[in-house]
Amino acid sequence: MVHFTAEEKAAITSLWGKVNVEDAGGEALGRLLVVYPWTQRFFDSFGNLSSTSAIMGNPKVKSHGKKVLTSFGDAIKNLDNLKGTFAKLSELHCDKLHVDPENFKLLGNVLVIILASHFGKEFTPDVQAVWQKLVAGVATALGHKYH
Amino acid sequence: PPTPRPHACLTGGPVPRRLFASYPQTKTYFPHFDLHPGSAHLRTHGAKVVAALGDAVKSIDNISGALAKLSELHAYVLRVDPVNFKLLSHCLLVTVASHFPADFTADAHTAWDKFLSIVSCILTEKYR
Repeated sequence: MVHFTAEEKAAITSLWGKVNVEDAGGEALGRLLVVYPWTQRFFDSFGNLSSTSAIMGNPKVKSHGKKVLTSFGDAIKNLDNLKGTFAKLSELHCDKLHVDPENFKLLGNVLVIILASHFGKEFTPDVQAVWQKLVAGVATALGHKYH
Repeated sequence: PPTPRPHACLTGGPVPRRLFASYPQTKTYFPHFDLHPGSAHLRTHGAKVVAALGDAVKSIDNISGALAKLSELHAYVLRVDPVNFKLLSHCLLVTVASHFPADFTADAHTAWDKFLSIVSCILTEKYR
């Protein structure tokens, strides 16, 4: 069970307050599909994913990315109960979506890289460490109900 | 990938700091080092790693050849568990992204991720 100190929670929420969830979500999901093209296997219904610009500009990618990152925002409001927060989504990803939990780690790391590129110097090693802890916690929570 | 120039951003500073902060277990490979930020150990070692990456970029169509000696070193002497190459690669990408946001496009990100993953493979390919 991952535990965040008061300082860690503050570091997360203060950075998150400056994130444009819609833009960052589209960017994160887009980059996942570009950098790790095998992840496109889950998105046959998304239309044109034939090039980097097609993927990054694809409206379904942007909208789904926003959905995913909004859900991340919910996690941030419930840092003491990630497993509970993601219980239903975990079942969904296992039973309906059939997503290998490895993908949660990939997306988490892509998100960290995007935050680094947006925040530059402000995304210090210590800030990164807290976010690595968060994305790992979210990935674990999303995999928790798999069977 | 874009040719990495040995910027201060890569040598001895942010990369190991990020690695040790996010993945403290990686410090177990450096019991003999002074790991304080800016230490001579980290600067020297960082320069070595960056130089090796530079060699790999220069011989990008024969990375195996360029890194043959390093591959043997990692297999027979250093024996760093393969999982750690992913962790280091990730911290390298985070550092590059934070310093060069405009250049670190989705395509550059892909190329670098692929390049580092190939380098990692080569460095562990003689393990058994």
